[in-house]
Amino acid sequence: MTTPQDTSATPTVTAADVADAARLVSFGLQAKLLPARDTEYTELVRRYREDPPFARLADAVATGLGLVVLEVSPRAGMALAGAEDSVFAVKMGDYSRRAASETTDRFLHGLAHLAVAAMAFPRPEDLADDGYLGRITVNGVDAFVRQACRRLEERAEAAGDNTDPTSDAPGLEAAWRVWARRSTTGATKDARRLAGSTIGITGKAVAFLVDSGFLQKASDDAGGTYRTTARYQLQVRELAAGAAMSELLELGVVPVSDGTATLLPADHSEELVADAGLPFHSL
Amino acid sequence: MTVIAAQPAEPELRPAVAARPAPGPAADEGLARRLKALACTAPLHDLDSRKVNLAGEYGGYAMAEVGLAAIDLVTLHMDFDTGADREAVLSRLLPRVAAQHPERPAAEHQRVVRWVLESLINVGSVDRGFRAVYGTFGPDGAYVRRDYDFKLIEEVPGPDGGVYLRTTDEAVNVLVGALDTDVTSAQIAAEVKLEVLIRRGRLADAQLAAEQARYRTVQYAETLRRALEATRRNVRAVDWMQTVPDLIDEALEHIADRYRHENAILTNIRRARDEAEGADHKRQAAELVDIVKDCIRRHTQLQTRLLEAGPLFRAEQDRQAFAAPSARSGIDLYGQLLAPVLELPVERAIRPTDAFFGRGTGLRSPAVVRLTDLVDLLLTPPVEREHLGVELPDPDLIATPDDSRFSEVQLEAALQLLDLPADAPRRLSGLLADARKQDPELPYLVALLAVHAASPPVGTAYRQGEERLLFAVDDGTQLRDPEFGGADLIVGSALLDAAGMAADRR
Repeated sequence: MTTPQDTSATPTVTAADVADAARLVSFGLQAKLLPARDTEYTELVRRYREDPPFARLADAVATGLGLVVLEVSPRAGMALAGAEDSVFAVKMGDYSRRAASETTDRFLHGLAHLAVAAMAFPRPEDLADDGYLGRITVNGVDAFVRQACRRLEERAEAAGDNTDPTSDAPGLEAAWRVWARRSTTGATKDARRLAGSTIGITGKAVAFLVDSGFLQKASDDAGGTYRTTARYQLQVRELAAGAAMSELLELGVVPVSDGTATLLPADHSEELVADAGLPFHSL
Repeated sequence: MTVIAAQPAEPELRPAVAARPAPGPAADEGLARRLKALACTAPLHDLDSRKVNLAGEYGGYAMAEVGLAAIDLVTLHMDFDTGADREAVLSRLLPRVAAQHPERPAAEHQRVVRWVLESLINVGSVDRGFRAVYGTFGPDGAYVRRDYDFKLIEEVPGPDGGVYLRTTDEAVNVLVGALDTDVTSAQIAAEVKLEVLIRRGRLADAQLAAEQARYRTVQYAETLRRALEATRRNVRAVDWMQTVPDLIDEALEHIADRYRHENAILTNIRRARDEAEGADHKRQAAELVDIVKDCIRRHTQLQTRLLEAGPLFRAEQDRQAFAAPSARSGIDLYGQLLAPVLELPVERAIRPTDAFFGRGTGLRSPAVVRLTDLVDLLLTPPVEREHLGVELPDPDLIATPDDSRFSEVQLEAALQLLDLPADAPRRLSGLLADARKQDPELPYLVALLAVHAASPPVGTAYRQGEERLLFAVDDGTQLRDPEFGGADLIVGSALLDAAGMAADRR
């Protein structure tokens, strides 16, 4: 691993160093692998943190492959994310064939991912706190979005708005309506989840996140109960939330936060949704 | 998907200039409401017009009638927290279909029932719902066509992970209730539902009250569960100064109140059941007893949970109070992202969700194919997908030597001997003598079983819901037997209340 030149005053990069750096990146690409499970990985993570030239080398290898290094630590390993247009990035068309052609399905799949994150990190400080472990259930995420949709529906009704979309402009339909009118679940011939239902869509999102090393299954309760991993928190905090937020800002929607949570304990006079998991609702 | 294009009333009579129709916007709104109500009936009419498309002779079935009956059944069978069981609804619907055409085969009746239910759910469509188009005049006088989406029967997840059926508010209001109602009002739906139930004599007043109280109990339990869950995440998210203590007090009061009432009801119904003359009344009263018993059980359950709430709060407070506070502040995913996105029109909302998806789903290492692998891959015949999975290899079984002292036949003989009637226990000495007559080895087995019965596995029997249990008691009498010594046990069978135990276990 080390050659005599390394110990000299001006360290030069050897082929072995590059191989080690690339090895570290390849460990990082195996999203479910944690340093604690592999001694070589642990060693490379330690070297990255203690040897700045090696760290720069590993960063360069990652950048060259079209990857962004989010963090290198014993808890998350080398947390990598695909840069835009990188070969490692997930395309919606590969994710769901239907989503590639149907706008509403594409939206629902994207929204499911957003809702999973919102449910996993209900408060701003949960996203910021490195030690926080979120817990979500598939049925809970669906119930949570439906509850939010119902509040918007009630608000529109109170304001006397007709929320039925016009037939010739389906794109103007309010986003909450699209989720609300999709069926929650459905019986299928082979006892699997109905793929197009909102629970099916959420289930797919969750299963995909498990494969990305972002969630870990805890039990089968309530459609599947999952725990978040450090990598998921990093990904949402450092990349996803910001990307979605800048799109929102471009659309002219400026959500302001004073750093406190907007999800609050529910008013007890109201009926709670079964399996929502949290007695929370928005202001 | 059913599309009903709503036509504006007498379009050619209106002046060519797009002026407001004479009656004004309120009438327009009323018209829209009635059009929506009318649209809800369309799927039923549609059943009769589509039945000709079914392969076979289905013209003789009155599909709309079956459809309406299905909606009634689902409405009657769904309880407050879950929906109606699909198979139960199907089986109850069968007699009506069979009565319409008794000479046809049962398989055809089955098919009709399933077809009607699936049509009412609208299984073929993505949303599993219906859409009708209606027109209104906007504030500027322009005529706008709008989509009205509705469902009649929807599928909901049950607590056991299964799929249950519920009728929607629209279906209840329009098809179970009357036509001229506000079709989306849940309040009216609940009232109509109850009214229908009472009118059909399905529920007596006491039962209704008890069921409502049970619902309230479930609600309390649910609220409490949620509060405790939130406490586990963040003590501060739940108001433990006022709200939760109030909730606990209220719930305890509710339990005390209901417990008194239901015990009174139970006494009364039991009397009614015993004194009732008609078989029908007897059955109804017996059902009521079960419901009330279930209510009492749920109250007890809630009370246990209430008692656990305080200690949990204190433990969580200790745990969380000593956690170091976070210095950074993150993005409020719900308030700053999810909530604003939901309010946008879908064509705009898709931009932030796409961005979130693109950056939030993680990596996928692309599969790279080598040409040689590709050739192999393409030439490999496709693996037939077996429904049952791959074939299991036949395990190599080695016959173990039979070293048990007693044979199966002997065990059976012994058990038969010990299969005593509940009201006639016997002495061990007699049993041993009987056994000896059959087989010289048998007394050993009988003695062994009797000794085991001296400490009967009550817990196991309780868990497995067994109906009878063998027991043995020593009353001090000496056993006089050529082969065995000790106490001459009294061996008997105890009958267990299997149904009661099952209820307790739940």
